[in-house]
Amino acid sequence: MTFLPKPKLHHPELPTNAVGLTRRDYEGAISTLCAGCGHDSISAAIIRACFELALPPHRIAKLSGIGCSSKTPTYFLGQAHGFNSVHGRMPSVLTGANLANRDLIYLGVSGDGDSASIGLGQFAHALRRGVNMVYVVENNGVYGLTKGQFSATSDRGAKSKKGAVNADTAIDLAGLALELGASFVARSFSGDREQLVSLLKAALLHPGAAIIDCISPCVAFNNHAGSTKSYDYVRHHNEAVNRIEIITGREPIAVDYAPGTTVAVTQHDGTVLRLRKLAADYDIEDRAAAIGFLEGRRREGEIATGLLYVDPDAEDLHAHLGTIETPLNALDETALCPGADALAAINAALR
Amino acid sequence: MPQPIASVNDFVVKFANVNGSGSASANRLFARAIQRMGIPATPRNIFPSNIQGLPTWYEVRVSEAGHLGARGGVDLMVAMNPQTWDQDVAAIDPGGYLFYDSTRPVPRARLRDDITLLGLPLTEICNREYADPRERQLFKNILYIGALAALLELEIPVVEALLAEQFKGKEKLIAANLHALHLGRDQARAHLPCPIGLRLRRSDGVGDRIFIDGNSAAALGAVYGGATVAAWYPITPSTSVAEAFERYCRRTRVDPATGKNRFAIVQAEDELAAIGMVIGAAWNGARAFTATSGPGISLMQEFLGLAYFAEIPAVIFDVQRGGPSTGMPTRTQQADVLLCAYASHGDTKHVLLFPQDPAESFAFGATAFDLAERLQTPVFVMLDLDIGMNERLCAPFAWDPARRYDRGKVMGFDELESGRDFGRYLDLDEDGIPWRTYPGAHPTRGAFFTRGSSKDRYARYTEAGAAYADNMQRLALKFETARGQVPHPVRHDAPEGSRLGVLYYGSTSPAMDEAAELLAARGISVDRLRIRAFPFHDDVAAFIREHETVFVVEQNRDAQLRSLLLIEAEIDPARLKRVLHYDGTPITARFIAEAIAEHVALSRIAPLRKATP
Repeated sequence: MTFLPKPKLHHPELPTNAVGLTRRDYEGAISTLCAGCGHDSISAAIIRACFELALPPHRIAKLSGIGCSSKTPTYFLGQAHGFNSVHGRMPSVLTGANLANRDLIYLGVSGDGDSASIGLGQFAHALRRGVNMVYVVENNGVYGLTKGQFSATSDRGAKSKKGAVNADTAIDLAGLALELGASFVARSFSGDREQLVSLLKAALLHPGAAIIDCISPCVAFNNHAGSTKSYDYVRHHNEAVNRIEIITGREPIAVDYAPGTTVAVTQHDGTVLRLRKLAADYDIEDRAAAIGFLEGRRREGEIATGLLYVDPDAEDLHAHLGTIETPLNALDETALCPGADALAAINAALR
Repeated sequence: MPQPIASVNDFVVKFANVNGSGSASANRLFARAIQRMGIPATPRNIFPSNIQGLPTWYEVRVSEAGHLGARGGVDLMVAMNPQTWDQDVAAIDPGGYLFYDSTRPVPRARLRDDITLLGLPLTEICNREYADPRERQLFKNILYIGALAALLELEIPVVEALLAEQFKGKEKLIAANLHALHLGRDQARAHLPCPIGLRLRRSDGVGDRIFIDGNSAAALGAVYGGATVAAWYPITPSTSVAEAFERYCRRTRVDPATGKNRFAIVQAEDELAAIGMVIGAAWNGARAFTATSGPGISLMQEFLGLAYFAEIPAVIFDVQRGGPSTGMPTRTQQADVLLCAYASHGDTKHVLLFPQDPAESFAFGATAFDLAERLQTPVFVMLDLDIGMNERLCAPFAWDPARRYDRGKVMGFDELESGRDFGRYLDLDEDGIPWRTYPGAHPTRGAFFTRGSSKDRYARYTEAGAAYADNMQRLALKFETARGQVPHPVRHDAPEGSRLGVLYYGSTSPAMDEAAELLAARGISVDRLRIRAFPFHDDVAAFIREHETVFVVEQNRDAQLRSLLLIEAEIDPARLKRVLHYDGTPITARFIAEAIAEHVALSRIAPLRKATP
């Protein structure tokens, strides 16, 4: 809990990034989650991704719902404003926050109960609208805080710790996000830090709705034999479609790759994502193919991870609404109030 | 047969139509024309939750004295809907008038002999005049306006001018409408006893008043109040708040240089998302609102508790309709008072504003944003269908050019940089209102975690009892601070004072003002206090103390404001008498006067007037 002090001492020669901050500057309070929880690995990956991208921590807004996953924003980016909202409703709060100030980076953190059950509607509509955000689902297939009930992402046939078998069809949040029109869809595994950090960095640079469905084992209630979200199961069934090798930001690419092994995606704001292909025929700009691919892997009992789809021409909600570049929260009376003369004219037209 | 009713500038005309037939704009034309003659006229649209084919009524109260409330009764019925013929004919006051389409003969048994029958073969005339079925329907409406003009001495040039304004630039349409208008007038003059006993005479009773619906006025208030984010979900009778906000924004909030919008409007997937977006935007420093009705408020409960507890400004326009459940979506009530006052689980209290008409809907619509940001809490603007969806004559909107938005207690970069102590829930000014920061304000200071769980004064999570209680007490203190900042009640005493007091609020206002006159004419004088906000100003309790008996007039079954008074002002229940109207129609002066007079007679309260000292 946040009253636990975290030592402020650190190595005097910790490396700094482009904005002069060390990794420690991206940390938060000490985690109160169970030892070995996948969510803590995701927090660490977020810290590393933000550090490596040299994002100013206070220009990030971190929002969450309710649940174990939604507690984690306390454990990273201590200089960022955070908002622990209500269960399943983070997407709407994030949408509103984004409308108020388009200049911040929005990081939504949620869980499978939060996003796939109580908040499935808001999950869907925030993605449909193209809210410019990174939406991370820390997906463990189980309700942790209430001690081990199945969640809606639990696979049919998966066994609970107490031996119950789940009879309901699982919701595949990545597949759903593809259907809903998210412009950046990825899946990862909290046990694969390299992949997760690179996906987070790519998502943070994506100018649209980016979702990462991150399988994150629950060591307390869903890490046993028979679970399909345990460390062992996911390690054995993880099938990455690609690796993001470098993210160049707005700088030119200067590395040579053997032809056919990599693909570069130039987004409309100029950022470039370069991916090393693992599945030879996988086209990350083909949404329909991605949907088919996911379904095929699911049928085989495999978990497809990596960047599953990206739309380089993604537009965000502000583009749809035609809002001005100045953040709405920075406008004052002179920009907002039509004034007394305009009101007199309105009155005259109502007589 | 009783004497036909004779009255100049004081009567009620009711139109019975089928919805979707285009009658609404013709009926509105009628009301507008009367107003343009300087005579106060108040229309009320009584419509079904339906788009086409069901009965709808449009009632126009003409009142030289300026009474804007519903009166009750009908002097002239314009019966254009065969489905409701019998009930419409029955609704006419004895001595009244029935104007109807006599194309097909009406059996004697379905008419009355105590009213004046004014039949004109409208369908036949239209069929003769127009070939296109849609034209036949639309011009029939204008035709009867022409006939009414002849019957009531409505000035034809005034109607002509209104048609010219309405169809400006569409000369063909103007000509066609004028033709229908004149045809109706001439047919009535030729075949009916024009004029009848009900007459219109040019007056100066309208003055500089404007004519607008409360929802549009509230939306304009939001524009003037600096709202930039609106999130909403369609629901009758509040939808037109969001629609009007968009309309006014398109007119006044588009950046001339770039063509980009200084506003963002999102039609959310439901009311939960709508209020969530409002809270997110307000947390991030934008002025944000949603507009909804009772069912929407029910859905927003959890979020409203979050906004209360995490102290986030939010403005909610609640255009109340008949409840509970789906209730009567197109009928009016004041039945969300308790729902909003105590919205959400746990100990919560919310600020409510009660506008009486469009002018106050505008004023409160703007002020609500100042209050929400000053108090860092949700503020409800409690309209209802009667003021929200009906156009009403009201004072012109006013705006002080020197007015600046009160953005409340916000620490910016400079204050944080200067080293000022920031704790999100510290009560530095001892008024219960803490300071806040916007996200992104400073690289190393001012960040905090907003949460719906309990916290200490530095926004750190805690379940320690003392810290929790400390926070709850500060919130209670903040509500006390609110008491002094919300709009004060408005008092009207009887000239000689009275031992009888009346409390009322919102759309009941015009009916209550008129009821006071009706009661005075019967020798019963009352002092009146119009409540304009919750928490209640100290004047409310003082008013109750000053009066032997106090009536609380409301448009709900359970006397919700009375309950709120009993709880919050700790009033003896015996002192507060209920006057309740809740059938979904707007409360009338006749109803209120009758209820109070009956109570006075039963309890033989005497003397009615205070003894002169």
